[in-house]
Amino acid sequence: MFAALANPLRFMAFSRWAVPILGLAALLLTGAGLALGLSAPPDYQQGDTVWIMFVHVPAAWAAMLAYGCLGGASFISLVFRHALADQAAKAAAPLGAAFTGLALVTGSLWGRPMWGAWWVWGDARLVSVLVLFLLFLAYLALRASIDDEAKAARAGEILALIGLINLPIIHFSVEWWNTLHQGESILRPGGPALAPVYLLPLLLTGAGYSFAFGALWLARTRAEVWRRRATALALQAALR
Amino acid sequence: MSPLVLPGGKYALYIWPAYGVTALGFAWMILDTLLRARRWKRQAERLEREK
Repeated sequence: MFAALANPLRFMAFSRWAVPILGLAALLLTGAGLALGLSAPPDYQQGDTVWIMFVHVPAAWAAMLAYGCLGGASFISLVFRHALADQAAKAAAPLGAAFTGLALVTGSLWGRPMWGAWWVWGDARLVSVLVLFLLFLAYLALRASIDDEAKAARAGEILALIGLINLPIIHFSVEWWNTLHQGESILRPGGPALAPVYLLPLLLTGAGYSFAFGALWLARTRAEVWRRRATALALQAALR
Repeated sequence: MSPLVLPGGKYALYIWPAYGVTALGFAWMILDTLLRARRWKRQAERLEREK
């Protein structure tokens, strides 16, 4: 499938119908998840602040998914020199920055009433997610600062691949270090620690955010394909 | 409960800003993506016609 989509024409034909389908799935799943989540009873420890979980955790998952896609596309672009992979990598970065920003802000709004602090510098989970945010911003700044698109792509790919090391650090930070952030509560031995009344809406919103990222990523990659096409045509016109 | 008071009790001050920021973030992602796609598609099609 990936090999077939590597052809820009096939990608444009596929993404034309995939974007609205993924967008609709995102809307339905997120809507259902939020409707169920906001009707869930207050948590015995966290009270009504548990509602923040349904926007905070999916944003963090989508941020990591976005970086995984940025890293994967950068690897394909660097190794196989495939233009579409570079366009996909470039399209993933602003979305990843936005999802990471949302995870940080909503996490801060959840942390203040639960921990008594908006931010804790000594917390490995918080700091590693901040590093993820800075990696997205650095990628965008690096690409914007180099005029030559090929050189900008190579520099961005190397940065994106180095930054991949941060993904397992984020995931395992709550196990490797003592943190204020709660530990793993879904993928853990013995099953999820969350009650089904919270787990189901969380999984629905998590799937919804992932589909939303997918729809927006494909749409931005399409925009990038058109941008390069327009740039090439403008150059041809100028040389005529 | 007064209709002017948001659900969430004493934590409403933290819950609804989190949802508000999320709505703004999604609005930016969707609008920026759609406007960018429309702009470059139109430009590519115009240059294609002029070729």
